[in-house]
Amino acid sequence: MAEHEGILLGGEVIEGGITTLTRELLAVGRGLGNELGGPVSILFLGEGISEVAQEAILLGADRSYVVGGPPWERLHPDYYAEVLAAVSWQIRPRLILLGQSDLGRDAAPRLAARLQTVVTLDCTEVKVDSETGRILQTRSVYGGKAMAVWISKHEPQVITLRARAVKPAEPDTSRRGEVVPLDIRVDESKVKGTLLQTVREPVKGVALEEAKVVVAGGGGIGGSEGFRMLEKLAQLLGGAVGATRVPCDEGWVSSSLEIGQTGHVVSPDLYIAVGISGAPQHVVGCSNSKWIVAINRDPEAPIFRVADFGVVGDYREAIPALLEKLKELLSA
Amino acid sequence: MNIIVCVKQVLDPEIPAAKFKIDAKAKCVIPPEGIPPVINPYDAQAVELALRLKEQHGGKITVLTLSDDGGDKVVKHALSMGADEGIVLSDEAFGGSDSFATAYILARAIQKIGDYDLILCGRQAADWDEGLVGSLLAHFLDLPLVTLAKAIEVEDGKLVVTRVILNGYQQFGVPLPAVVTVSNEVGQARLPSGWGIIFAARKQIPVWTAADIEADLSRVGPGAARRELQQLFIPSRERGCKLISGESTAEAAAKLATELREAGAI
Repeated sequence: MAEHEGILLGGEVIEGGITTLTRELLAVGRGLGNELGGPVSILFLGEGISEVAQEAILLGADRSYVVGGPPWERLHPDYYAEVLAAVSWQIRPRLILLGQSDLGRDAAPRLAARLQTVVTLDCTEVKVDSETGRILQTRSVYGGKAMAVWISKHEPQVITLRARAVKPAEPDTSRRGEVVPLDIRVDESKVKGTLLQTVREPVKGVALEEAKVVVAGGGGIGGSEGFRMLEKLAQLLGGAVGATRVPCDEGWVSSSLEIGQTGHVVSPDLYIAVGISGAPQHVVGCSNSKWIVAINRDPEAPIFRVADFGVVGDYREAIPALLEKLKELLSA
Repeated sequence: MNIIVCVKQVLDPEIPAAKFKIDAKAKCVIPPEGIPPVINPYDAQAVELALRLKEQHGGKITVLTLSDDGGDKVVKHALSMGADEGIVLSDEAFGGSDSFATAYILARAIQKIGDYDLILCGRQAADWDEGLVGSLLAHFLDLPLVTLAKAIEVEDGKLVVTRVILNGYQQFGVPLPAVVTVSNEVGQARLPSGWGIIFAARKQIPVWTAADIEADLSRVGPGAARRELQQLFIPSRERGCKLISGESTAEAAAKLATELREAGAI
């Protein structure tokens, strides 16, 4: 059997553009490629994506494979897994790296099962062990209380990368590579069930993942009313509002605002945690933020341990005063 | 509609971080004294969804767990919520099984049960947080799979499953039987009822071994594991927090704004 070589990345295009997570994959993939040797390839599935494929080369890929198919909102995860499996059989990579996105997290186990190999989802770090040359996969376990480092015993190994774990790749116009169209026929009997529809809720203002400032509220906010105050603060700072699980479960805010292990992962420049106790399940979703501010009545709340700045007190008093002062500073 | 729900016993995920200890050498978690393990909360939500489907469409709910000890406790929890039957899979050979082996063992047991329309799993276990077993189970059973469901409707003997995505939802149509993993958006799992607790206490729970489900022993246990755990550690996310105080909370908050400005955070 031929040796496995190189890396295959699962590129994603939403509304015509390369996703930020795909640029993060390219950053990790390029780094691993330089250490491991072998080509760094990326696969795009869809129509009218040759420009995107070209852009991926500037972002670090040696080769962009383009396969015709439905756009992501009509793409069944079985179909995607079939295409990835077919390409993998053809090019035999050591590693297949997907994003831990709505699609990637769903397709990765399906792909690993098809390839009879192994999969590690939601890694925050993927690196080469300098001594053994093996690929170390780090991920959060026990709700963020611990981290585990895994080594796969099979190849190709399938890994998904958590969003905002690394800086996205920047284009380098001097880079060269090839765009390779592939004709992959998917056996429709391997696609079980039908994707009837994908509904994306319009995001109010800035998307959480893209926001430079995130103002997040927890159980301490006490109801939907308090979130109006957080919205004002987010608006002033050009940021987005997020929440922990409690406000989502209680229906104070839409569950699409959840930050943490079962929600969004964000890494803004400034994260303002209001009325948030700081459970590990939440902190794993924001711990990569540049600055973390905590406002909480309970001085013992664990959130203060992971914060850079803290104010102990009632947010109802703190937020209006903070707003006032920020307005003054920002207009000065 | 006959539903099988796969459940797992886990370390109580609500324990405070201070009580969470690991044995770095053995690469495992040291169970804290006096805090009993619980049914994986995501699995309890899968049981909850099964109960809602049963209330609408009738049928039977069978709960399945793989456990080397105490597995009947989580099965009994599900029975006390309203499930009808429970089975524990237990065998020395099963210890140290990874997600692939676990899914294989569950698939063998489900094939032995035979009579089912739907298999539900929690989206992930609150211990290793992998979220793999449900997906792999569908593969071993060669069944349709939908992950991260927040709702299931039954229409003309088919399912319409609403899947959670980050900024919205997807709907999948799948024929039965199918495997569905259940996300936390289904809402709180119901508490055991008084009658349910009595029913569960009296219920005999069969234990099936590797031989009972005709499991291929080369596919289970640590020998079959496709990965190796290199390291387990407790991360330090601590930052030196500068607590800002003032005469009042408002004054402290105003000072915070100034600090943020000086630090270049805004």
